[in-house]
Amino acid sequence: MDYSQFSNRGNKATKTGFGEGLLEAGKKYPEVVAIGADITASVGVDLFASAFPGRFISLGIAEQNCMGVSAGLALMGKIPVFATYGVFSALRTTDQVRISLCYNNLHVIIGGAHSGVSVGPDGATHQALEDIAVMRVMPNMTVLSPCDATQARLAVIAAIEQCKGPVYVRYGREAMPDFTSPEMGFEAGKAQIFREGSDAAIIATGHMTWEALQAAIELEKEGIHARVLNIHTIKPLDEPAVINAARECGAIVTAEEHQVAGGLGSAISEVISKNYPVPIEFVGMHDSFGESGPPLELMKKFGLNAEAIVQKTRKVFLRKPG
Amino acid sequence: MVLPLTNGVSALGELAKAIRQSVVRSLARAGSGHLGGSMSSADILTTLYFSVMRHDPANPSWTGRDRFILSIGHIAPVLYATLAEAGYFPKDELLSLRKMGSRLQGHPGRDHGLPGLELSAGSLGQGLSVATGMAIAAKMDRLDSRIYCLCGDGELQEGSVWEAAMAAAHHQLNNLVAVIDRNGVQIDGSTETVMGLEPLKKKWEAFGWDTLECDGHDFRSLMSSFQKTNVEQTRPSVIIAKTKMGKGIKSIEGDYRWHGKAPSMEQAEAFILEIAR
Repeated sequence: MDYSQFSNRGNKATKTGFGEGLLEAGKKYPEVVAIGADITASVGVDLFASAFPGRFISLGIAEQNCMGVSAGLALMGKIPVFATYGVFSALRTTDQVRISLCYNNLHVIIGGAHSGVSVGPDGATHQALEDIAVMRVMPNMTVLSPCDATQARLAVIAAIEQCKGPVYVRYGREAMPDFTSPEMGFEAGKAQIFREGSDAAIIATGHMTWEALQAAIELEKEGIHARVLNIHTIKPLDEPAVINAARECGAIVTAEEHQVAGGLGSAISEVISKNYPVPIEFVGMHDSFGESGPPLELMKKFGLNAEAIVQKTRKVFLRKPG
Repeated sequence: MVLPLTNGVSALGELAKAIRQSVVRSLARAGSGHLGGSMSSADILTTLYFSVMRHDPANPSWTGRDRFILSIGHIAPVLYATLAEAGYFPKDELLSLRKMGSRLQGHPGRDHGLPGLELSAGSLGQGLSVATGMAIAAKMDRLDSRIYCLCGDGELQEGSVWEAAMAAAHHQLNNLVAVIDRNGVQIDGSTETVMGLEPLKKKWEAFGWDTLECDGHDFRSLMSSFQKTNVEQTRPSVIIAKTKMGKGIKSIEGDYRWHGKAPSMEQAEAFILEIAR
């Protein structure tokens, strides 16, 4: 892997990537339809809605109904995409997701926008920090969490083409480094090694993957060669890649803009505790709500940045036996 | 072959009797399940499956079929009995209700592969949304299929039902028909004591639905209501079918304690004889 390819081409919101991917999928697949719950532009669905007005269904601020309608559309052979803020699409509609979507095992793409504290000034009510936890326990559900706008675009298309049943695609609001290339592709269920190393493995998802890469550069200066794993598919988790990271690096740090409990931290712990237990540290939210503020300052305050990853990696490196 | 339909009242009556007897038999064998609502909805399902809907038991996934969505999953026994009566699967299988490995789950589960079952459901307040989505899709594809959705009256206390009601009217889904099994009873007692629904007709009218009322145990009344649905070409229709919980068995009619109860084997024998009369 050539690390030099990871330079920031400019900040871009994953929400924009999601919207571009949806538009592209709409052009390719006539059965793709989208549902709006009033915040269409805010969640990146406006591109699709303008291009395909006959395939855009406005249902207003009624998320539970949106989810049920998605199920009905899917039963009739459509591929519905219903995106709204993750706090609503994963949490307000959890029962509809469980029964109408997951128990019926219907191919519906659920967009979870406004993930993480990087939502910023809107504050705690609108910062989705529990969505991964809820979605990943649902039988039949796939959970995707792309790391930048380019990957978000690929994630929507992969959700439609590669996945079966319901798929949750998590994305953010703030413009963040866009650093992956489209040529890297998106294979659902496969972790990506973004940097080689064997002193510790940083396993990251979403916006935290860029932070993990920055942390690895810092750690390199101290002589700690950290592997960076990008987990764009939280479920099904690429267990072999995680087990290899544990075996070859001997220590793990997980990094997510989400509650550690139930989130990526839990998912990785479940795999390594069973297969190859090694010391692990967690970067993420620790049982607290977010708050209002500038996105990057909030990420700093809640320990969701490269600096926090560096500290946790040093700590876990010292915990390595022998 | 599409199931031939009938408007013969006596033929429908005989079918409904057989369906009610199957319900009693399967519940007694299961030892648990919901008798009251199964009996109150029996005539509605009989009318739909034998007099109204286009469907083909030999080809359950026929694209051109009308769809029936059971939102109140707990009355699965009467749906199963109706599907079996229509020939979707052998009636013997009804005796596997609620047993391990059965295709007849306590609440409908499509993952078990029962032919004719359109939706896994059981958490209240979701079916009308699903039916709304199906009706939207049918319109997009210019399919002339109609979507029928049976809701319970107690279920209307779920707010999500009214989200769906708003959406179906907004999108002018004249291919959607909701039927309310208005038996007036829920687990804690009468609906008007637990959480009042009246004036129910006015509520649906205010939400923009073509609203009909009928006697849910009178086949002429039911058939005539279904014939009147969607005459106004821009509105979804709702039929508020006035029914009795436990209908067909005098000793349990209207008794809320029979909402979620199965008869004993002895009771079942007596009930089956009573239904036959």
